[in-house]
Amino acid sequence: MSGGLGRIGVVTFPGSLDDRDARRAIRAAGGEAVALWHRDRELHGVDAVVLPGGFSYGDYLRCGAIARFSPIMESVLTGARTGMPVLGICNGFQVLCESHLLPGALTRNDHLHFVCRDQRLRIENAETSWTTDYTAGQEITVPVKNIDGGYVADERTLDALEAEGRVVARYLDWNPNGSRRDIAGITNQTGNVVGLMPHAEHAVDALTGPTTDGLGVFTSALRTLVGSS
Amino acid sequence: MARVVVDVMLKPEILDPQGQAVQRALPRLGFEGVTEVRQGKRFELEVAEPLDEVALARVREMAETFLANTVIEDFTVRVEEPVQRETAGGQGAGAPA
Repeated sequence: MSGGLGRIGVVTFPGSLDDRDARRAIRAAGGEAVALWHRDRELHGVDAVVLPGGFSYGDYLRCGAIARFSPIMESVLTGARTGMPVLGICNGFQVLCESHLLPGALTRNDHLHFVCRDQRLRIENAETSWTTDYTAGQEITVPVKNIDGGYVADERTLDALEAEGRVVARYLDWNPNGSRRDIAGITNQTGNVVGLMPHAEHAVDALTGPTTDGLGVFTSALRTLVGSS
Repeated sequence: MARVVVDVMLKPEILDPQGQAVQRALPRLGFEGVTEVRQGKRFELEVAEPLDEVALARVREMAETFLANTVIEDFTVRVEEPVQRETAGGQGAGAPA
């Protein structure tokens, strides 16, 4: 299906904010970015999908709760279950949790404030479809911006995530939202689905981002696609 | 039409910073003695008759899959009796002075 460039789709929901930046990051990483629309059922032959940040459906009911039932999500869920790389950033992470592709949920920040800052993270798992271009233990800095970014799950789930190495990234210095065990990102059992609260797509260009540390997320996926084709 | 009420609350073990903020504001406003506040959501559904077991089962399914996220929230489903509804409407016009 892919010819040369890896084709990565970015879904736009009503209220998505970071879909353009995600597409830009994919292009910066050397991929072909494909705009996908939430009411479409087709993935148009993309090899991977990004669910971007923002406030899909105004965050009504719960963050990501309504977007989860968008027509395109049926195809995304089917793809994710058959190994297609899927990345949810911020609101996209919330959609993945609401879809039960990832365990747990994201709740209101413990301090109740919207947080927007450059955040140091440690990459804990460098073997997912979206993190192979990092090394385990590598520290990166990318922006974090959310008000519902507190990752919660019951203790048993948290213990299982830790034991199975499914914590992808952890907050360093300061936990910006009260996430349990400083969790900034997690993956599914097969490592193709990743949810990340911080915004890797905002750190791909020295002109506009604090670093270019986020680029590795997208180059990782492209490398994964080349490896599997 | 019958009214079905779905109440959704965060599970006891899930931190509720919004409820805590409300609780902390109370003494400042002169309301003493409230030691804890938990904040939840209430959905009032107007459901077509007949409201039989099948219809109620559908509401429960709706609550479980959509209105509540059972990873972090509990919910209850109850039918509001028509008599109560009229009384509630009357009270809505204004509390006695």
